[in-house]
Amino acid sequence: MIELLTDLFSNFWVSLAGKLALVALMIPLIGMALGFAEIKLSAKMQARVGPYFAGGRWGWAQLIADGIKFFQKEDIIPTAADRPVFKAAPMLVLVSTVALLVVIPFGPGLIFRDLSVGVFYALAVSSLSTIGILMAGWSSGNKYSLIGGLRAAGQLIAYELPLVLAVVGAVIMAGTMSMSGIVEAQIAAGFPYVIVQFVGFGIFLVAALAELTRIPFDMPIAESELVMGYLTEYSGFRFLFFFLAEFANMFTLSAIAATLFLGGYWLPGVPESVLEFAGPAILLGKVFLLAFVMIWFRWTFPRFREDQLQTLAWKWLVPLALANIAVTAVLKVVL
Amino acid sequence: MAMRVKPPPGLGLIKGLGVTLSTMLKTIFLPHKYLATVNYPKVKEVPVPRARGVIALDQEACTVCMLCARQCPDWCIYIEGHKEEIPPDEPGGRVKVRAKLDRFDIDYALCMYCGICVEVCPFDALFWSPAYEYSETHMGDMLHDMDRLQDWLEVVPGRESIEQGTYQG
Repeated sequence: MIELLTDLFSNFWVSLAGKLALVALMIPLIGMALGFAEIKLSAKMQARVGPYFAGGRWGWAQLIADGIKFFQKEDIIPTAADRPVFKAAPMLVLVSTVALLVVIPFGPGLIFRDLSVGVFYALAVSSLSTIGILMAGWSSGNKYSLIGGLRAAGQLIAYELPLVLAVVGAVIMAGTMSMSGIVEAQIAAGFPYVIVQFVGFGIFLVAALAELTRIPFDMPIAESELVMGYLTEYSGFRFLFFFLAEFANMFTLSAIAATLFLGGYWLPGVPESVLEFAGPAILLGKVFLLAFVMIWFRWTFPRFREDQLQTLAWKWLVPLALANIAVTAVLKVVL
Repeated sequence: MAMRVKPPPGLGLIKGLGVTLSTMLKTIFLPHKYLATVNYPKVKEVPVPRARGVIALDQEACTVCMLCARQCPDWCIYIEGHKEEIPPDEPGGRVKVRAKLDRFDIDYALCMYCGICVEVCPFDALFWSPAYEYSETHMGDMLHDMDRLQDWLEVVPGRESIEQGTYQG
């Protein structure tokens, strides 16, 4: 039986179909899990109950009901919209999220594709969503969407830089750009890199929040001034795409942060044989911890002003990240 | 003059995180004490006695003076009445006239709960009640006739509980 399965999965197309099905299942499930965590935790932070009735207990089916609601809604495309671009934008945003999953190691050898330039690939693909957002803002034929899209472009370009520079420290320490290679280097070193790369980790977390355009960096959406930014004209299923992409992106960026700085699927003191099975659970635990921090920030902090946003990126995060790289490189050579 | 010590930058951010975290933990572990909301249809909220829920009518006290209908900013009160002649007590005496209420409707689909009608009523025929569960699936059913308004009189809180004001415990 097992021989038959391995035989079947050694076929390229079968294994590809299997991986695709896994990703197609993972993205909505993870998106819903994080979305549910967000609505439930935000309720608790505001001394509310949160969703309670959907599904009978704890409102666990709330987001499934929401998803079905989005399916039923009319798909409205404004007359002034650039139709093909308008339709392609949400797909591009979701594709960048899905493509990020490729290089995340869930356990020893448990990775969709172990690229030798994994970190480079991850950062390049994550900035694809910027194009999607800019396309959405431009094609909607709406001034709020356009302002939101341009703000998103300005913000994402500004924060892409510290995001990349923050990672370089970890790459220098590991001496490899392969994601699973970095985890193995952390296992060999015996400590997660956050202990020495705490500056890089902090910068990465702040820049990741800005990449996700989450509060306190939600200037591109800014309900109170831009209606809903680049999302203004989207409805129904296309809106659901953006919604899913936001939460799935939260997962993938948290997973990258966990892999690069928190030891990924590895916990100190856990033997190699256990990691084979416990790896994904350990990684998920770290991801949910980081996701909790993001949700916590969102429901605590007010929104940045546009100039404060740019000041933080260019005057603080970029120089700090450069200094971090210099110090790391010098210590790597000296020690 | 006392010197104001400038707090270190970023202290406010950490304080804010502390507030949300402690609220979350309190709400999760001690919901009965800290929860600000109730699970409404299962658990009914008890409004304060002075809450403006619904207006009750005492038909006996009403004299069809129309002051409430004329003062109503939304014109949501409909009053009709007629005069009844009461024969004199002894022959040759004066015929008394008494106003009789035929119709007194309040359209709660229009009402904005300003309470001017209750304020203006010179005969204390209108009262506020904190009852709030009278939503309808049909808009027309929001028009309460005078019998229904009379029924609301049962849920008008007594003088003592109103005197307590808005503070409960």
